Amino acid sequence: MGSGKEKTAKLPEGGRSSSEGIPSGTQSQFRKGLAKLLRNKMAVFGGILILGYMVTAIFAPILYPGNPSTPNLMRSLERPSWEHPLGTDELGRSILGRIIYGSRVSLMISLGVVSVGLLIGVPLGLISGYYGGKVDFILQRITDMLLAFPGFLLALALVAILGVGINNTVISIGISMVPIYIRLVRGCVLSVREQVYVEAAIAVGTPDLRIIRRHILPNVMVPIIVQTSLGMGTAILFAAGLGFLGIGVQPPTPEWGAMLGSGRGYIFNSPHVATFPGLAIFLAVLGFNLLGDGLRDALDPRSKI
Amino acid sequence: MLQYTIRRLISTIPVLIGISLLLFVMLRALPGDPALVLAGQMASPEDIELIRVQLGLNQPIHIQYAKFISRLAVLDLGRSARTQNPVLEEIWARLPNTFLLATTAITLACLIGIPAGIIAAVRPYTKIDYLVTSFSLFGISMPVFWLGLMLVVVFSVTLQILPAGGIGTWKHVVLPTVTLASFVVAFIARMTRSSMLEVLSQDYITTARSKGLMEKVVIIKHALRNALIPIITVVGLQFGSLLGGAVLTETVFAWPGMGRLIVDSILARDYPMIQGAILIFGLLYILVNLIVDLIYAWVDPRIHYD
Amino acid sequence: MSGDHLLSIRNLKVRFRVYEGVAAAVDGVDFFVEKGETLGLVGESGCGKSVTAMSILRLLPSPPAELEGEIEFQGKNLLELPQDELRKIRGGAISMIFQEPMTSLNPLLTIGEQIAEAIVLHQGLSRQEAWDRAVEMLARVQIPSPEARAKDYPHKLSGGMRQRAMIAMALSCNPNLLLADEPTTALDVTIQAQIMDLMERLREEIGASIILITHNLGLIAEMARTVVVMYAGKVVEEAPARELFSEPLHPYTQGLLGSVPVIGRKFKMEKKRLQEIPGIVPSIFEMPRGCRFHPRCHRMMDICRLEEPPMVEMGQRRRVLCWLWA
Repeated sequence: MGSGKEKTAKLPEGGRSSSEGIPSGTQSQFRKGLAKLLRNKMAVFGGILILGYMVTAIFAPILYPGNPSTPNLMRSLERPSWEHPLGTDELGRSILGRIIYGSRVSLMISLGVVSVGLLIGVPLGLISGYYGGKVDFILQRITDMLLAFPGFLLALALVAILGVGINNTVISIGISMVPIYIRLVRGCVLSVREQVYVEAAIAVGTPDLRIIRRHILPNVMVPIIVQTSLGMGTAILFAAGLGFLGIGVQPPTPEWGAMLGSGRGYIFNSPHVATFPGLAIFLAVLGFNLLGDGLRDALDPRSKI
Repeated sequence: MLQYTIRRLISTIPVLIGISLLLFVMLRALPGDPALVLAGQMASPEDIELIRVQLGLNQPIHIQYAKFISRLAVLDLGRSARTQNPVLEEIWARLPNTFLLATTAITLACLIGIPAGIIAAVRPYTKIDYLVTSFSLFGISMPVFWLGLMLVVVFSVTLQILPAGGIGTWKHVVLPTVTLASFVVAFIARMTRSSMLEVLSQDYITTARSKGLMEKVVIIKHALRNALIPIITVVGLQFGSLLGGAVLTETVFAWPGMGRLIVDSILARDYPMIQGAILIFGLLYILVNLIVDLIYAWVDPRIHYD
Repeated sequence: MSGDHLLSIRNLKVRFRVYEGVAAAVDGVDFFVEKGETLGLVGESGCGKSVTAMSILRLLPSPPAELEGEIEFQGKNLLELPQDELRKIRGGAISMIFQEPMTSLNPLLTIGEQIAEAIVLHQGLSRQEAWDRAVEMLARVQIPSPEARAKDYPHKLSGGMRQRAMIAMALSCNPNLLLADEPTTALDVTIQAQIMDLMERLREEIGASIILITHNLGLIAEMARTVVVMYAGKVVEEAPARELFSEPLHPYTQGLLGSVPVIGRKFKMEKKRLQEIPGIVPSIFEMPRGCRFHPRCHRMMDICRLEEPPMVEMGQRRRVLCWLWA
């Protein structure tokens, strides 16, 4: 059973928490996590979908030269053909072209949404969890209130106040995502704060900011990353929902949900107008969900699955 | 248990106050004269003046708020700017429809999702587990409105066996329910699976097996009972969500429910209706959460001894 | 040979197939337990003692665990027993108590219910009769107000009481063999003694044998008749308790004993420091060649590095796995 190697006395590897803060096992933990992630076929598939999505968004003008929003009423509602592989919509525009450019719109929206969520939610969560007391209490009541509504409805309500259009879409969905981040980060901070090494650091007099940066932040990273991946998918879904209802991104900007909404009227004779944009939404969201799930399995040490 | 109930009821008060504040502020945050906004395009000058008095717009802000609260308390939500009918009446007409949809969808979702999750957890990493997991991931990624439209294409347009929208017979209920349930089934199946897996790895399951109990008993009497607790919470929250999230499904199937009402109101800038609908939704959601918490406390002995 | 033995383990091997490789947690373990004796199974964390015990009742999740060998009990090989017969034995003829009373009891069922369910299963009593018997058992393990306690949920009991309840559960069907996996490790020191006394008393009353798994040598000294010492998945020494303590043969055992603080020792034996065994238990995927203990052994010889030592029989239940005695 031996491997031929001699074992000499040696200290346990990894997991040693020095006063520097970050447990030295983190590096190898990430690498192990990455390996585990790459083994997960579904996660890899998700990653491919996302990659495809991003490539399409970035290289849109190359993939489809020309303006996807220019109407051409002579060619309206055509079935898929060689010239227009996914057919044309009610204004004669290439659906393929609109989907390609739509990926840009979706990507920008989801990046915007996630940024709003992170930039507002994470610091608030850190403060709430770390300092506790009155600040925490008030923030938590506000979060309760925001979470009292299902996410989409909250975004909808915000749109009702702010109005339609791409910017308001980003803000509304972003704000609806903030309480999720706050709760997530706060929960993490609370559990990390209990750890003995944090208590030790506080006892030694380490300034708060450094404690947060060195001890708490690395541990909060993982759930944030997972949530962000899932959040990108949710953002696409919500934005599409708002677009579908006509209160999201406004025409002529190509947005998948809006395309679905306007294509709805034609499903009896030209179902392709609604089918393909929806498929695009599905694949993009699926990609983020698969990846997010895979990340959670790979990086969460407590994951028993 | 009674103590817990009372405490929970009390804790909903801040949230209720918060929502009322939100609505109050919301109205005044809009550009323009709130009375005009509430009255809508079609109101006469007398109506506008009436609303102005009702809101107490000439009076200090705390009196305005007091008036607002007192009207809310008797559920006087004003009149719809669009139809001029009382808001409450419009809501009342539609709420049962949404309720019907939400209830059937949740029931369907539980009937399929929970057993699927259990089976997947009991046989992890086998084909059936991968099947359940994949389907679940697909289900939560699927845009509800797209699924609805696709189902209409298949069943209404092509096969012509089910209606594309509206309400009336049991046939009208099928497609919207399936559409609405799709996300929930997936979610519940996943939650059940992970909850069961978590429970099955606990020490007391090993203890149960060491006593010689049949595996069926271990799974149902020991594991499932524990696993169901977080699932109850999830189901409850999903139900609450469905009451509100049915917006998209109702739009696709022209289902006359609360969701449609909200969207139409937003598009028509019918602020009294928007306010009223948000309030009612908030109340319902809080109520559902409360009930879920109480069930949770009743089922889990660790809590009501707090 | 196996006439008097209650339980006989022969060449038990337990492998875990995981992504990183195959881990041989138990690698050829033999020993037996006689009727009415308490056998101590000693070793550091990770030496395979818990895995050995769990294998007796086949409680290890079966992928990834793979078992090989023979465990003879009442004339049958437990490792090959069909499920329904195995289940009769679990909780019946052989029962087990675990280390963590906090997590080993189902939080949603009352104590009484959890004890009674085994009784209903193995002794065929009605629910009421089983409940009464459960209350009786609680009284026997000296839990005050047993009728009231039986209706309590586990979280209402203290750690010590929970462990007593577990003992009640395990002994409720009069087993022939009790597997006790670190029964007192999670408890306060003051409670530990009480629990051990309880176990010893009940053992006598019921006439059961106990396999006591622990890394606490003090417990072994008090309770065990025979001791089996394990290291890195193998048995390295077996001896009657007295002899083990007075004359340990294997360098590992010597090291273990040398590292126990003894009051007055500095004075008596002129030993100033506690001796520790240098190094750590080898990783399960990288076992040293030859004798598994050689890298930490202060009496290592050349041959220890190259070949695995033989098991040397030194007398009645006395053996050692070491080149020094070959």
